[in-house]
Amino acid sequence: MTAYLLKRLAIAVATLVLASMVVFAVLEIIPGDPARLMLGMNASADQVELLRNQMGLNAPLAWRYLHWAGGLMSLDFGRSYTYSVPVIDLVRERVVVSLPLALIALALSTLIAIPVGLFSAGRHGRASDTVAMGAAQLGVAVPNFWFALMLIYLFAVWLRLVPAGGFPGWGAGVWPALKSLVLPAIALALPQAAILARVTRSALIEVLNEDYIRTARAKGLPYRAVLWRHALRNAMIPVLTILGLQFAFLLAGTIIIENVFYLPGLGRLVFQAITQRDLIVVESVVMLLVAAVIIVNLLVDLSYAVVDPRLRSRP
Amino acid sequence: MSLLEIENLSLAIADTPILRDIELSVAPGEVMGLVGESGSGKSMTALTVMQLLPFAARATGRVTFGGIDILSATEDQMCALRGDDIGMVFQEPMTALNPVKTIGEQVAEGIRWHTGANRADAEERARKMLDRVGLPSAQFPLSRYPHELSGGQRQRVVIAIACALKPKLLIADEPTTALDVVLQAQILDLLRDLVAENGMGLLLISHDLAVVTEMADRITIMRHGEIIEAGDTARTLSEQLHPYTRQLAQASMHVPARAKIHEVGQGKPLLQVDSVTRDYLGRRTSLFKRTAPIRAVNEVSFSMAPGQSVALVGRSGCGKSTLARMVLALDEPTSGTIRFRGQDITGKSEADLKSARRDMQVVFQDPYGSFDPRQKVERLVAEPLHVLEKKPTNTERREMVAKALHEVGLSPRDMDKYPHEFSGGQRQRLSIARAIITRPKLVVADEPVSALDVSIRAQILDLFAELNQKLGIAYLFITHDLTVARAITDAVMVMHDGSIVERGKTSEVLDHPQSDAAKALVTAAPDLHRAIARRLREQG
Repeated sequence: MTAYLLKRLAIAVATLVLASMVVFAVLEIIPGDPARLMLGMNASADQVELLRNQMGLNAPLAWRYLHWAGGLMSLDFGRSYTYSVPVIDLVRERVVVSLPLALIALALSTLIAIPVGLFSAGRHGRASDTVAMGAAQLGVAVPNFWFALMLIYLFAVWLRLVPAGGFPGWGAGVWPALKSLVLPAIALALPQAAILARVTRSALIEVLNEDYIRTARAKGLPYRAVLWRHALRNAMIPVLTILGLQFAFLLAGTIIIENVFYLPGLGRLVFQAITQRDLIVVESVVMLLVAAVIIVNLLVDLSYAVVDPRLRSRP
Repeated sequence: MSLLEIENLSLAIADTPILRDIELSVAPGEVMGLVGESGSGKSMTALTVMQLLPFAARATGRVTFGGIDILSATEDQMCALRGDDIGMVFQEPMTALNPVKTIGEQVAEGIRWHTGANRADAEERARKMLDRVGLPSAQFPLSRYPHELSGGQRQRVVIAIACALKPKLLIADEPTTALDVVLQAQILDLLRDLVAENGMGLLLISHDLAVVTEMADRITIMRHGEIIEAGDTARTLSEQLHPYTRQLAQASMHVPARAKIHEVGQGKPLLQVDSVTRDYLGRRTSLFKRTAPIRAVNEVSFSMAPGQSVALVGRSGCGKSTLARMVLALDEPTSGTIRFRGQDITGKSEADLKSARRDMQVVFQDPYGSFDPRQKVERLVAEPLHVLEKKPTNTERREMVAKALHEVGLSPRDMDKYPHEFSGGQRQRLSIARAIITRPKLVVADEPVSALDVSIRAQILDLFAELNQKLGIAYLFITHDLTVARAITDAVMVMHDGSIVERGKTSEVLDHPQSDAAKALVTAAPDLHRAIARRLREQG
C-alpha cells in the first residue's frame, strides 16, 4: 500500500514538473512581445528594450524558467501586465467562484448519474432502460450553452426563481451566492451526468455477468441487494476514472458557461488574459489548472486502492 | 420422501427448447450424480431448481423442494430458500468470489441475511464454517481477500458460503473441474463429509463419469436436454444398458491404438534440456524491496527422441507450463541451455530462431480462446507458414491448408469458414491443423483435451496418436490428467515444486509411483474401473 502511494505521488510530481516546462516553453514560442504590447505601437525600440530588461525578459531561458517555477512554489505568480496587480490576487478572487461551481456541478452529476446507472443496469434491455439511456444520449448531444440559455429562460426569465446571471460575491451572503451558482451548475452537470450514467450502466452490466454475482444470488440476496452490495463497488473503477476527468473539465472548461452567466470565474479570467496577451496570467492560471488536474488524478488513483484491495498489494 | 422432486420439467429460452421431460429426485443424505456432455442441460436443470435462469427462460412441469412448488414460488420465497435450505457451488472458483470483499464478509453475509444475526455472531459462525472446510484461522483470518487465496482455497470458501446455514440440499455444478486432481480429491472428500454430517442431499453435476461414480449413490445421464438413463450408480455403469451410457464409459477410458513405442536414446536426441532454471522476481514489498525471487523451474534436465511422446505431469503451479514456454523459446531460462535438433535456442534473436520455430509448434488448452474470431480458417491455419524460408504462393498456401485440414479429419471446404461455425472438438482439430502445417518435429500440447467432452476427447486423442504414427511428430504433453498421459505417451516426467521428481516409462510410473508427488497424483486421479468396482462392492 505504501509503495503504491509513493509511486503515485512520485508520478504526480514528475508530471507537474514536466507540465510546467511545457507550459513555459509554449508561451515562449508563441509570437508577441509582452513589453511591446504594454507600451503600445508608438513606443520606440529603446523604450521596449528597457522594459524588457525590467521585466527580466532578456535573461537566459533556463534562469527565467527557474525564477518563474520558484515563484509558483511560493505562490508568487508575478504581476499581471494588464491589471497591474499581483496575479495571485486575481486568481484568489476567481477561484472562490470557479471551485464551488465545479464542486456543486460534480456533486450534482454524481448524484444524478449513479442512481440512473443503477436503475438502467437493473432493468437492462427493458423499456425503462431504453428511455433512460435515450435521455442520456440527448444529454450528451445537447450543447451546454444552449441548455444554459433554456435554463435561464425557464427559471430566471419565466419563473423568476434565480438571477439570470452575475455573481453577488460571497460577501453578500451564502444563500444569494449559491442561488446564482445553481443554474450554471445544472448546465454544467447535466451533460457530465449523462456521460457518467452511461459509463456506470455499462460498467454495472459487465459486472452483473460475473460469476460472483451468481454466487451472491445463490446466497439468497434479492437482486436489488446484489446490485448495491456486490455490483456497485466493483463497477466503481471506470466510474472514478471518468469522474476524475470530468472534474478537470469542470474546472477548466467553464469558459462558455461563465460567459453565458456572466460569472467572474477562472475560465473568464483566462479568456480575457489570452485576448489581451497577458501571458503571465495565462501561464499562472494554466499551471494552477494543471496542478488541480494532477491532484485530482492522484486522488482518483488513491481511491482505486480504497475500492479494490487487489491494487493495494501492487506497487 | 424425496427432498427435491423434478417431474416432467421442460424449459425453453426464447422459444429454443433446452430441456424436455426431465425427471429427477434427490433424497435427504443422498448423492445424486448428474452426468452429461456440454450443452446437455445439466446446469440449466440446476439453475431451474435455484430459479436463477436467464430472463427469457420459461419452465413448465413440476419442481418441488420440501413441499414447496418452486416453479410457482415468488421471488421472495426463492430468496428465502436460496442460501438457506438450498446451497450452490459453481465451477470456476477463481471468479466465484467478489474480489473487493473479504472472505469473512462473504461467508457472514448469507448468515446475517437469513438469520438476522448481528455482525459478531455471524462472523463467529463464518469462522467456524471456514475452520470446517479446512481454512484455519491462523492462516486464513476473516480479513483475507479472495485474491490472496489459491483456486482450491477459494473453492473451499465457496463451499463454506453454500453450506454455512446447513442447507438441506447442495447443488454442486462441476465443483472440481477447474482444479488439479489432488485438489479435486480433497474437495470431493469435503463434500462427502458434509453430506454425511448434516444428512444433506447433494446434486453433483459433472462431465466426468469417474468423479460421479466415486461420489454418487444414484446417477442420471443427460444428453441434448433429455434424460437418457437413471438408476443406481453401480448397476447403471456396470450393466451399461443404454448405448449412450456405454459410449460415455468407453470414451472415458479410451486408449488410442499405437503401434510403435519410442524409447529414449534412439539416435540423436530431438530436444535436450540441460539444467534449466527459471526465477521470477519476487513481489515488490516497497519501492526498493522485493521478496526473494520465486524459482518456478529448478535445474531441470531431460531429453526427447524424435517421434517420442512424453507427458509432463504435475499439480497446478508446479512449473510445467513455464518449462514448456522455455522449450518453445517463448521465455528465457535464468540459467541452463535448451538444444533443439542440436541447435542452442536459449538467448537467440527471433531471426535465429526461425528454423527452430518451423519445427516446433504448440496446441493450447482452450479451443475457444486461441483463434481470432474475425479471421477465416484459411488464414488461421496458414499462420505458421510465415516461418518458412520461401513464402508460398496463394495456390500453394491453399493446398497446404487443405492438406492439413484433411489430416485432422476436417474438410478442405472448411477453409472459408469462421471459427464460430465449429464445435469445441472441431476447433481443437483446427488448432492441431495449425500446429502440423509446417511439418514440425515437435508439438508441445498444454492440456490439449481437458476442455473437451469425453467423446470428443477420445477422438482428439486418437488424432494425436495417428499423427504421431503417420508423421513421426514428437509430443510434449503437459497435463494434470493421468488418463491422458496413460493414453498417449511413452514416457512420463512428474514435476513438483519446479523440479522433476520422477521419470520413466508411462505404465511403470503410473502403476508403481515411487515419489510422494507421483503417488499423490496417482491416488487422487479418479479412475472409472476402480470406482465402478468399489460401487459394486458397496451396492451389491
